[in-house]
Amino acid sequence: MPITHEKRNTPLPENLAEDQPVIAINNLDFAYPDGHAALYEISLDIKKGEKVALVGPNGAGKSTLMLHLNGILKGAGELRVGGFPLNKQNLPVIRALVGLVFQNPDDQLFSPTVFEDVAFGPLHMGFSEDEVIARVEEALAQVDMSGFEKRLSHHLSTGQKKRIAIATVLSMHPQVLVLDEPSAGLDPRARRGLIQLLNTLPITMLVSTHDLRMASELFPRMVIMDEGRIVADGLTSTLLRDESLLEKHGLEKP
Amino acid sequence: MHDSLFDRFREGESFLHRLAPTVKVVITVLFILSDALLPDGHWLGFGISWLTILLLNLAAQLGWSYTLKRSFIAFPFALAAITAIFALPGETLAVWDFGPWHLIATDAGLLRFLSIVVRSWLSVQVAILLVTTTQFPDLIHALEHLRLPRMLVTVIAFLYRYIFVLSDEVLRLLRARQARSAIPPHQRGGGSILWRARIAGNMVGQLFLRSYERSDRIYNAMLARGYQGHLRTLNRHGIHTRDWLLMTFAIFLLILLQLFAHLG
Repeated sequence: MPITHEKRNTPLPENLAEDQPVIAINNLDFAYPDGHAALYEISLDIKKGEKVALVGPNGAGKSTLMLHLNGILKGAGELRVGGFPLNKQNLPVIRALVGLVFQNPDDQLFSPTVFEDVAFGPLHMGFSEDEVIARVEEALAQVDMSGFEKRLSHHLSTGQKKRIAIATVLSMHPQVLVLDEPSAGLDPRARRGLIQLLNTLPITMLVSTHDLRMASELFPRMVIMDEGRIVADGLTSTLLRDESLLEKHGLEKP
Repeated sequence: MHDSLFDRFREGESFLHRLAPTVKVVITVLFILSDALLPDGHWLGFGISWLTILLLNLAAQLGWSYTLKRSFIAFPFALAAITAIFALPGETLAVWDFGPWHLIATDAGLLRFLSIVVRSWLSVQVAILLVTTTQFPDLIHALEHLRLPRMLVTVIAFLYRYIFVLSDEVLRLLRARQARSAIPPHQRGGGSILWRARIAGNMVGQLFLRSYERSDRIYNAMLARGYQGHLRTLNRHGIHTRDWLLMTFAIFLLILLQLFAHLG
């Protein structure tokens, strides 16, 4: 009983020019439909290869900003990913460029098996079966979870779920990895493993976190947000030395 | 803590485990259909069906009574057919008066009721056999191969994935309630029934809200990975000659059983 599955090919930009910012945000404002304003005048450039930590208290707008990078939320202002302005037409391309991993892996992993979850992105990008299978294998190897293809997502530990969640976007070969609080809820060993994993991935990263120790270890650049605004943007080592700045925005020196 | 609650699958290497899931689903549905088509009171036919199930139990290396032990869970649902006892014309067995109701139990009615109970009991057993020998994701794929409406298959797949998350959520809510259900010394605790009912109602509401918000987040996660309105899957099940042969054989047996029951 041969079943043919739909195939479609989305043209993807292969490589970006080196000097071009991967993410360019200019004056972004956003208010939720209920009128609650969440982002004010956000301007942020992230260059290829940069690893940036996004920190700030709960409710500062970190997650809201991240949802914009993938076009899930649409605010007023200019947002370019890989040189493409965010609009309806570019949306599929931008979603392939930005790998967004949500905080709760139970939201990220929605398929019955690990294989299907990691294959979800490449399948929806229209790749052939062989290519999809190859990408799944590669992504699982990158997060050190080879051999978990047939496992059921709900039988995994939190640390394993987080790794698989990262694999689900690595299989799409994104230009930027955007992670929402990846170390939240992990025990020290799983956290250490995750830090090593993030350290080895050769990819541009924007990571929101409360874990300033991880930030100082992994991310040379740090952006601090509070009440919907970017209040500081600079070298992590410099910002972490400014105790009054940290205290003012509800952060604690590690 | 929840694995055993819902996951009926049991690892195994039997030929039933290796059979193509699509074929297993087809045979199961046909078996249930054949059960339903057996005439009322054809005990020999029911017996042959049950014997087949017992043999399949053994073939799946589950022990002969595996599905039998687990089938009683569906018995209460079969009781819904109890009205059949009083609904068919036939020889009167007994008469009861319940207030305004005058109930006459007939022999034909009783026969139909018992047949319905046996039919549902057999059907449940063969269904249990199916989910015991097939991984649930494979079942979902089988439904897809059988061209079930995509939306339906998707809903089943999500239900399977999130029933575990939801049951954990319920467990956490119940624990939170328990942890605060204290009674001061020398006093009666518990509150009124009405108050308790309200608390339970609130918990159901909480659960709905949490599920609703979760569905929103999941949808976002799907969008973020390129979902554009319909799901795609990779299916790598092949149906081999062995599967075709077995399916043909099973259909042949079922037809034989029906011929025997209706003509013999």
